[in-house]
Amino acid sequence: MKDFILKRVVVIILPFLCVYGFYVILHGHVSPGGSFAGGIILGLSIIAYSTIFGIEKGKAKIPEKVLVWTESYGTLWYGLMGMVGIVKGFPFLANKLAGIDVGVPGALSSGGLISLIGIGVGIRVASTMVTLFFTMMEEEP
Amino acid sequence: MKIKNLLVLLVVLLATYGILIAVAELPPYGMPDNPVHNQVSERYINDALEETGVLNMVTSIVLDYRAYDTMFETIVLFTAALAVVITLKSWKKEGDGR
Repeated sequence: MKDFILKRVVVIILPFLCVYGFYVILHGHVSPGGSFAGGIILGLSIIAYSTIFGIEKGKAKIPEKVLVWTESYGTLWYGLMGMVGIVKGFPFLANKLAGIDVGVPGALSSGGLISLIGIGVGIRVASTMVTLFFTMMEEEP
Repeated sequence: MKIKNLLVLLVVLLATYGILIAVAELPPYGMPDNPVHNQVSERYINDALEETGVLNMVTSIVLDYRAYDTMFETIVLFTAALAVVITLKSWKKEGDGR
């Protein structure tokens, strides 16, 4: 797109969108929102960038290798966090039951495994959105 | 053709009738003695903060009580993305007819 106003507005808004997405992911256990919603915001920021400036520039920002990596290992990260319970001798995905310190409610470090799982899920959802967008917008060679 | 259309209409009306009967049987919304308010939701409301240490109750249910569900939800997302990439991506190959 060649619209000047659109480009300037996106350039101004984009950093705030990214920071807000990370904020919602990281504060998913203290404030309204969550990892799914935050991941979608984060993915949307990249989608907005590559819609306005063109797919090629968006792919230069987020290479396909990074997308494949985050998408695969985000799911594995979830399973790995679940294994913590098994290693300690408790059921799969056990949190407080496995003796993990859940901290003070309301602090950013509270929740034990929940916040760690949330980060993985958020990044995964963002990379899925971007992958679907890039794949569907790809032009025929 | 016309008889077929009439049959379709009959089936649609019957299905609508059945669904409306089921909706009429639903308990009124928001009443305290509804069957939704059983010991499960009571336990979530009373003990979620103590058992998970998380203020956001939705997150405590999604990522702790129902963690298996969310795990396979993410796997469903992964599978969907995988299917789209396999189907729609243009795999560049010399001499391929596509």
